[in-house]
Amino acid sequence: MLKIEQLSVRYEQKEVVHNFSFEVNKGEVLSIIGPNGSGKSTILKAIARMQPYSGGTITFDGENIRRLSSKEIAQKMCILSQRNQAPADITVRNLVAYGRYPHKKWFERLNAEDEKIIDWALERTQLSHYRDQPIAALSGGESQRAWIAMALTQRPQILLLDEPTTYLDIAHQHEVLELVRELNREMGMTVVMVLHDLNQASSYSDQIVVVKDGYRAQMGTPEDVMTEQMIQQIYRMEAEIQYVSWDSAPRIQLKSTVKA
Amino acid sequence: MISTTRSRIIVILTFVLTLIAAIVAIGLGSVHITIPEIITTIFNGRTEEGVYTTIIWDIRLPRVLLALIIGANIAISGALLQAVMGNPLADPGLTGVTSGAAAFVLLIMLANPEFTNYIPIAAFVGGLLAATIVYALAWRRSGISPITIILSGVAVNALGGGIIGFLSIMYSDRLPSAVQWLNGSLAAKGNASLQMIYPYAIVGWIISIFAIRKANIIRLGDQVAVNLGENVTRIRIMLSILAVFLAAISVAAIGMIGFVGLIVPHMARMLVGSDYKYMLPMSMAMGAIVLLIADTGGRTLFAPLDIPAGIIMAVIGGPYFLYLMRKKAF
Repeated sequence: MLKIEQLSVRYEQKEVVHNFSFEVNKGEVLSIIGPNGSGKSTILKAIARMQPYSGGTITFDGENIRRLSSKEIAQKMCILSQRNQAPADITVRNLVAYGRYPHKKWFERLNAEDEKIIDWALERTQLSHYRDQPIAALSGGESQRAWIAMALTQRPQILLLDEPTTYLDIAHQHEVLELVRELNREMGMTVVMVLHDLNQASSYSDQIVVVKDGYRAQMGTPEDVMTEQMIQQIYRMEAEIQYVSWDSAPRIQLKSTVKA
Repeated sequence: MISTTRSRIIVILTFVLTLIAAIVAIGLGSVHITIPEIITTIFNGRTEEGVYTTIIWDIRLPRVLLALIIGANIAISGALLQAVMGNPLADPGLTGVTSGAAAFVLLIMLANPEFTNYIPIAAFVGGLLAATIVYALAWRRSGISPITIILSGVAVNALGGGIIGFLSIMYSDRLPSAVQWLNGSLAAKGNASLQMIYPYAIVGWIISIFAIRKANIIRLGDQVAVNLGENVTRIRIMLSILAVFLAAISVAAIGMIGFVGLIVPHMARMLVGSDYKYMLPMSMAMGAIVLLIADTGGRTLFAPLDIPAGIIMAVIGGPYFLYLMRKKAF
């Protein structure tokens, strides 16, 4: 569905992403992992056209996204950052309603259909009670949910998430990722996300891409990718892979830093 | 939390209040005119030879309308610039747009008076030039920070001030005619200025209605705006041109008036929230009423002296600005 071929990105003169390729199939959850500064967020931003890229192609259902208008792209995909800012006094409902914007012509107002989608998104993210609250009154987890609700009203086929859990405590991290999983399973929404936490990536992804210094180091299922050698090569950490009874995904237990 | 119903009522009330203030202001002055007399004279039209026809139709009404139009223009301009720059400190004065426009107006007024008809265009060009310089200086990859806006505004203001000073010395013989204008005075501006500005202002206001949706989208931040399929750079440029246009025609008509563009959108935001659907009309009405009060106060409090509205605004606006800073509004 989304195909990235030989993508390269430069900041000024320096190339930070080199010849990077991967493909996401419809209905999959793909996570991009890698150390700080490896270029994983840059790749996501290039896909979401927040970052110009110097080489390669990004195609969506076989069509080069450079040939699509930004409005057409907005109807197909949506990106959420680790932290999103909105004017503090905007209400949850009004924020979520902006998701309908790409589907509207400049003179069109929201109709009953749009209202239905907005209500559904609020319900789906359990924010119906907060609909008339200003965004500033929400907790970190709730406000991240409000942004996801906005993304939902946008009705994208692909949801791009840039470290969606970074500023949240563990309960809220779990909540957000569970929501992403439900959206993926129930609506078949394709998800591409950048994650820091290897265990989260392992539990919630169908495919994992490992980035190191802007190169693609590995790609595969969590079982393929999450190995002791990978952790050692990429993160310079000793780790042990374990399995728990309630989840088939491998778990990573870190032991110590590899001595140089 | 400010409900939309409440915001709507406040906006409507402010417009009504502006109308009442306008009528009261027409009555104030060396000849006091009662409200029924004002209303009768206005409804009878200027052809009727009433007692107050000349005072109202030729002197006070044009001056009041001019104050309302220009106050509205500058406030809308400030509100738009604040959205465009994502920065509560942006206003046509602090960003140098006003002084850029003023320098170009003086270039015609003093150095090339034969081109007087082109003053509005010159003001627009000067304002655009100043805005372009500020953008070029303040633009960073991550956006525009309050500090860089202020610093580039200071630089552009210095440049504009330098040109104004230079022209004043070069053409000191013609300066007296320009002094009233430079201080932002509505005295002796009458019908000619009104005729000049109102067609431009109406065009600007109509475009502003279309700008509301765009302003609301970019206030969500660049990333969200791109996400929603907007071309952020194009919106920025278009809204900036509109803001510069509204500020520049105002400068062309009555000179430099500071603080309206900064303070009024702030007050509007406090009263009706940051949704431009309410905030922009609110800024418009409040800008109109604030400048009307400044001008009417200036001509009545120290009568027979006529203190320019620009000076009154600076005296009120400076302390209010400091108060906002103390309250950490920025």
